[in-house]
Amino acid sequence: MIEGVTIYDILTLTTILFFIGVYGFLTRKNLISILISVEMILNASVVNFVIINKYLYPDVLQGVLFSIFIIAVAAAETALAVAIIINLYRQISSVEVKDTEVMKY
Amino acid sequence: MERILFYILALMMISFAIAAVSSRKMLRSVIYLLFVLMGVAGIFFLIDYNFLAAIQLTVYAGGIIVLIIFSVLLVHHIELKLEMAKPKRQIVTAIACLLGIGVFLKTMYSYDFKVIENHVTTTTSDIGAKLLSYDAGGFILPFEVISVLLLAAMIGAIIIAKGKKLNQQTDV
Repeated sequence: MIEGVTIYDILTLTTILFFIGVYGFLTRKNLISILISVEMILNASVVNFVIINKYLYPDVLQGVLFSIFIIAVAAAETALAVAIIINLYRQISSVEVKDTEVMKY
Repeated sequence: MERILFYILALMMISFAIAAVSSRKMLRSVIYLLFVLMGVAGIFFLIDYNFLAAIQLTVYAGGIIVLIIFSVLLVHHIELKLEMAKPKRQIVTAIACLLGIGVFLKTMYSYDFKVIENHVTTTTSDIGAKLLSYDAGGFILPFEVISVLLLAAMIGAIIIAKGKKLNQQTDV
């Protein structure tokens, strides 16, 4: 626990981070920017897992382990997304969402 | 002291997050994201999960940020300004997000969390033992599944980025 900081403060912080990520996800027009926003959303949820573990159930470790799994999945997802973006750029010379029409093949 | 540190971290994270989603320069928004991730690592340090903070710094700040910077440099001219959404759409999205924050906060503050005062320090060996135990509540199966998933993602990323189509086109 952090001295003098309640669980509400930290949950407020992660909520704000989450919605900033959602805002970026909806307004950006670029695949890499969307990837950045997704990372932010994932990170906010990781902090939530850890905080709830620490504040409400300090004698178990489930939240910590789940956050490790989330981080691993996020790393795998980023690697795949970057691979797709680079391949797409070589084919259509653009990473804008509106130009992305050839992913079918 | 820790309270002040937490508020400094929170302020830094929120301002850098807003900068990351609104900056018009690609590379800068990646660097702002790096600061947000480091702020998250700072919060993990504050609540005494050192192992998680180390993972956060190595995997996110070390791995993912470098990958994203790599793709930005491969894909963009460094001077290129990003295209932004229409102002009307931005405002509508911002209002929707504020509404969402309001709903979340109202639900959270109306719920009474049963906080347990504690100063338990979790050591890395605890996490490792739990991760590899096959008793009830152990995490050995997800651990193995994650390792297979990482292998599959790695092979998939290599095959996708290799670009078979491009080779065929250059052959012809």
